[in-house]
This record gives sequence, C-alpha cells and structure tokens, in this order.
Amino acid sequence: MEEKFAYAEGVEQPIAMHPKKFALWLFMVTVVMIFAALTSAYIVRQSEGNWLEFELPTLFWYSTGIIIISSLALHWAYTAAKRDNLVQLKLGMAVTVVTAIAFLVAQWYGWVALVNRDVFFVGNPSGSFLYVFTGLHGIHLISGVIFIIFVLISSFRYKVHSQEMTVMEMCVTYWHFLGGLWIYLFMFLLLNH
Amino acid sequence: MATLAQSTASHDAHDHDHEHHEEGFISKYIFSYDHKMIGKQFLITGIFWAIIGGLLSVIFRLQLGFPDLELHFLKPLLGGWIDESGKLDPEFYLALVTMHGTIMVFFVLTAGLSGTFSNFLIPLQIGARDMASGFMNMLSYWLFFVAGAIMFVSLFIETGPAAGGWVVYPPLSALEQAIPGSGLGMTLWLISMTFFIASSLLGGINYISTVINLRTKGMSFSRLPLTIWAFFLTAIIGLLSFPVLFAAALLLVFDRSFGTSFYLSDIYIAGEALPNTGGSPVLYQHLFWFLGHPEVYIVLLPALGITSEIIATNSRKPIFGYKAMIISMLGITILSFVVWAHHMFVSGLNPFLGSIFMFLTLIIAIPSAVKVFNYLTTLWRGNLIFTPGMLFSIGLVSFFISGGLTGIFLGNSAIDIQLHDTYFVVAHFHLVMGSASFFGLVAGVYHWFPKMFGRMMDNRLGYIHFWLTFVGVYLVFFPMHYIGIAGFPRRYYSWTGFEFSNMYEDLNMFVSAAAIVTFAAQFIFLFNFFYSMYRGRKANQNPWRSTTLEWTTPVLPGHGNWPGEIPTVYRWPYDYSKPGAKEDFIMQTVPLSATPESNLPHEQELVKLEKEIMAEEQEVLVANEAKS
Repeated sequence: MEEKFAYAEGVEQPIAMHPKKFALWLFMVTVVMIFAALTSAYIVRQSEGNWLEFELPTLFWYSTGIIIISSLALHWAYTAAKRDNLVQLKLGMAVTVVTAIAFLVAQWYGWVALVNRDVFFVGNPSGSFLYVFTGLHGIHLISGVIFIIFVLISSFRYKVHSQEMTVMEMCVTYWHFLGGLWIYLFMFLLLNH
Repeated sequence: MATLAQSTASHDAHDHDHEHHEEGFISKYIFSYDHKMIGKQFLITGIFWAIIGGLLSVIFRLQLGFPDLELHFLKPLLGGWIDESGKLDPEFYLALVTMHGTIMVFFVLTAGLSGTFSNFLIPLQIGARDMASGFMNMLSYWLFFVAGAIMFVSLFIETGPAAGGWVVYPPLSALEQAIPGSGLGMTLWLISMTFFIASSLLGGINYISTVINLRTKGMSFSRLPLTIWAFFLTAIIGLLSFPVLFAAALLLVFDRSFGTSFYLSDIYIAGEALPNTGGSPVLYQHLFWFLGHPEVYIVLLPALGITSEIIATNSRKPIFGYKAMIISMLGITILSFVVWAHHMFVSGLNPFLGSIFMFLTLIIAIPSAVKVFNYLTTLWRGNLIFTPGMLFSIGLVSFFISGGLTGIFLGNSAIDIQLHDTYFVVAHFHLVMGSASFFGLVAGVYHWFPKMFGRMMDNRLGYIHFWLTFVGVYLVFFPMHYIGIAGFPRRYYSWTGFEFSNMYEDLNMFVSAAAIVTFAAQFIFLFNFFYSMYRGRKANQNPWRSTTLEWTTPVLPGHGNWPGEIPTVYRWPYDYSKPGAKEDFIMQTVPLSATPESNLPHEQELVKLEKEIMAEEQEVLVANEAKS
C-alpha cells in the first residue's frame, strides 16, 4: 500500500466520450426501443381489422407547437450559458420549464378531448394505444421536466456556465430527444389513422 | 445527478485510499461500488437462485418419473400443494415449471452469468479502475435483489406463483379466472420482472460505456479478449431487447388490471362473455419473442466468451480464428433479432412468413458452426491441461454441438409443426442454452475463483463434479428427444393418461433419477466453492499462466484494481506457445520490443511505434513523480 495511486491526478483515461453522456445516449436507445415496439405493435394490430377510427384532438397540434417552442427556448438558454450570459440563461430555462409544463397540461386536455368523443382507455385497442403512447411519453416527459428544473435551480446557483456545461448539455440532449419523440409519435398517429 | 456527485466522491475516495483502508462493512459488502464485490454479489445470488430453480425441477421430475409416489415427505415444504393422498397439486405443477423457467433463464443465466462475469471481468480485462458508474452498478444489483425478493415471496402466497409458463402468454396469464397462478402470483411476476428489466438495462448501459470508454492504453478492440467481446455484444442485445419485453409486459399489465383489450378478444369463461374485444394474443407473442429469442443469446454468448478464453489458455494455443470468432458473434447478435417468429410457427403465422423466418433461423447455424469449428481447432494438438474449468468448457462445446444439431431440425417449420411444444424442444434448449450456459458459468467460476477469492478450488472435487454433471446432463436430456419425437407435450402433469405415452414411464423414471443425481452432484461444487473460499490452497498471481490483464493485478486486488498505474497493452491476448518465446505464454503487458526472439516480421515493424509510445509514457511518469 506504500505505492501511490499515480493515476489519481496524472494520466487521463482515454475517454472517447463523457461516460455520463454516453450512458444517457444508451438510455435513449432503450426508450427508442420501447416506442419502436409499441408503434410496431400498433401497426400489426391495426392490420388485423376491427379498428376504431376517430379523429385526433386538434389540441395535439398545439401541444406539438408548445414543445417545439420549449426546445427552442432551451437551446437559447444553452447558447446563453456557453456565452456566459447568465441572465438570458435563467430566462431561457424559466421559459423552458413553463412551456414544458404547458405541454403536459395540453396533453391532459388532449385526453379530456378524447374522452369527450367517447374514446376511452378501456375499449377498442385503437384508443388504448393512443393513451399508452401519450401516457408513456408523458411519464418520460415528467422525468425531463424534473431534469430541467434541476438545471434551472443550478443555473440560479451559478453552477451552469461555459466552464461547466456537462449537465446542461445532457439536459438539452434529453429534452430535444423527448420533443423529437413526441413529433415522431404524432406523425405516426397522423399517418396511421 | 446523484451519479455525477458520486463519481467525484469516489475520486476523492481514491485519493485517500492510501491513508485509511478500512471500509465499513456496509459500504464494502452490501452497498459496494466496487465492481468485483458487485460481481460476487451477483454470483452468490445466482447460486442461491440456481439451487431454488433446480429444486423446483426435482419436485416436478418426481411427479413425472414416479407418478404413484406418495409425496407426504414434501408436506413441510409445500404444505397444501400436496393433497391428502400425497399427490402434487396439478395447478402447482404448472407453477413449478413456470418458476423453474423464469428463475433459470432470468435470474441464474442472465443475472447470475452476465451479472457476475461482466461486472467482475470487464474492468479487470480491459484495464480500468472500475465500471463507468459505480453507483449505477450498485443500483443494478439491488434492483435485481428486489426483483428476486418479490419473486421469492410469490413462491409462498396462497394462490401460488405465476403458472402460465415462463412465456406468460395471454389470455391465460391475463385473466385471473383462468388459473389460480394468474392472480396475485402473476402480478408479482410482472412487478418482479419490471425491476429485473431495470436492473439489466442499468447493468447493460454500464457494460457498454465501460468497454467503449475506459479501455487502457493500447487496448484496441482488436486486442480485446473474446470474453469482453462476448459481454459487450450481450449487453447490446439486452439493451435493444429488454425494452421490448417491458412494452409487452406493460400492455399485459393494462389488460390485467385496467380492463384494456390489447391481447384479449371474444373470450367466454364459464359460459359468460368477457367485455374485452378487439385484442390479439398473437401480438403478445410477437413482442415477447422479440425479446425471448435474443434472450437465448444473452444467456449463451457470455458462456461462449468464457469458453474461448479458458480453452485457449488451457490448450496453450492462440484461439483459432480470433477475427472469425468476433465476426460470428456479431453475426449471431444481428441474426438474433430477426428470427423471433420461429417460436410461433404454429400460432397461425402466414406460412410464407414462416419460410422467411425459417431461412433466417437456419443461417444462424453458420456462425454457430464457425464457433464450434474454432473451439475444436484450438483444442486440436494443443498441450491440453485438464483443469476443471477446461473440462467444463469442453463440456459446453459438446452440448453446443448436440443441442445445436436439433436446432436445425426445429428451425424447419415443417418439422417444428410436428415437434412444437413436445419434449424434443425441451431437450433441445436445455442442452444448447441451459446446460451449455450453465457449464460456461461453472467453468468461469473454476477459472476465475483464484482472482475472486485469492485461493484455488479443489481440482479433485472439480473432476468428480464435472463427470457427474456432464454424464448426468446427457442422461437427463438425451432420452427426452425420444419422448418428444413420440409426441408427448411439455408442461403436462401426467404421462399415464394416454396410451401412447404409457410405454415411456420407465424412461421417465430413468430421466428423473438422473436429474436427482445431477442435482445432488451440484452440492459437491457448493461445498468446494465455500470451503475453498476460506480453506483453499492460496493462489499465486497467475495460476493458469494466462496472458490477460486481470492476472497482472495483485492476488487480491483492492478497490482500483492496480496499486500503481494501469498497465499498458502491447499485444493481443492469445500469445500462447509463440515460436521462439522463452515461455509458452506472453502477457499482454509485455512490449513487442522486449521479445525480439519471438516477433513475427510485421510485429518487428511495430516495435518502432511502440518505442515512441513508451517514451511518451516515460514523460508522463516523470511528470507525475515531479507532482507528488
């Protein structure tokens, strides 16, 4: 035990990518696989017939717009953080949080609209699938919102700036991913209806 | 973000390592971040589950082999599941086979095998201090533990554990009215599997990012031991297929508890129609087997990787066709995702689709045959050293051949329609997947025991264990082929009900007796394992005279694995019996420039490059010295 741990401050490991970021990407792969499985199950089931046709709530168009705005706001905050413009960073993060919550609310009212036109979770799988897609996406989105709020708090504590971007970058990646996932799901539903 | 905080914390811990070495009991043995301890935790838990899984199989083999036997003596264990006349409850029989399958496939051969050896060997063999995230690794084990605890509880509830087969097909598993096991037992099964999936994914993410990001200097992908290649590809398969199982299970949960109709349609129970309409049970089969088939390779690939390593070491020969081994594992990885419907030839699948899946399935024979060929050619004219690990590895190759051949039959849809769900299938996958992977697991334990516990396991007990198990496995599963060809379906409680299967009663008795002996033989291993842990002969640093990095660590590596710097790698891991070399193995850490006598012409050219790298290293070392 007399020998010293020379590595502790010396040789850097040959890291190709930040391990936490890499793990996040792998996590997103698993999320992609879940939705790939569910959407292909949707197609397989749909081709068997006995499929309830109904119109998607128009509210989903608005929620799509909201989540795009949210992504843009986060990106603005991200570039602000890179330029060390901390006022813009805080503002951008705040806008992101508000729009993210607005998205969740809009999705909730999307469900209300579905119920109003007699499409229920329990019933024809056509409707059930819609609830599973939006619900599971919503759960992931809540995890994203928690992540954003975490970054928002650390930005108010001046812990996000051009020298400390790892968490911010992960947050941006995850949030864009969730936005993209919703756009994929929405497009999928529009095309397979 | 806890993980982020953690990684800085563990960094600090390293810095203080040389000041105080006493870790608390809890952080050392329970919530450990050390990959070696986590690997051992997986191993011990896996052994625990293997005993339970094996015991369950012995109970239902008693029923199958000795249908007239009075099982009163099992009453203390099974209670109400043994009725007044000493007969096993038929419903509980179904629960037994279901639990045996679930436990063996997921808890023993996935978590017990991958969890143990990926955790233990990846950092040691690629030259890393630990896994990419020790916290996630710890979480992975404890989620597995929770999954196990829930499954264990489900064994003892009044309605019994899940009983719809390990594949839990709906509608059987979706309707509580169907069988007692589809009630609370099934709910617990689903909860337990959710934890298990989360555990596997956390583990898999860690394995992949560790292999990609934390290799030591010089450890290129073309210098990775085949074990690491196998663990790496296994983790990728798991990462892509477990989420699909999660999706399937999620929809099943909704059908069971919320009244949706994803898998249910037009069902009458006791003359009464259920409200569910529009669902498709075949949908579940597609989703399930999209995991289920890759799962076979999640179970098998690590065992194949371990075998490559052990056979090369104990043949004192480089592995034959290193690149061919990697390519065939890659081939198996990709093919594993496009063959799932061969489990569904009798599900009403479009016969044209069936022939496509048949074709894809048969292609898997090619990479598998390449691997078998390479094992045999590595063994061919080697200086074989028959350690217990080596014997179990050769046993694996044997099972892989004999079980793989029947796979070619079953892959053909025309034959499968006859043999589907008979004991032929049971014999097939117990040889090629069950026994082969189990032998890989045991071989790995014998081989890496000195690294895990710093002591050697007893060879003589190892030989006895091997021969009893090897012969036992064939005695158990070979006769099953005949029973299956005769047409007897699996999961049936009794043989005596049908005229054609009556004649197999003595054969079944034989199988059951063999199974009991084989199961009993495992206690020799258990004794050897626990006895050697405390009383075994002390191991030296490199007992098998192997080339890979884990044997450059101290006999019992501490947290951080190498007390000094991480060694650099200069060559591939299979330099055994190199012509001209002084010894019959050259460690990966020996530079080419140090072995001019054995270098091949192209390696001689690499020496110059190597010298540059070493000069660079020297600078770093000097810089470090100056700092401290």
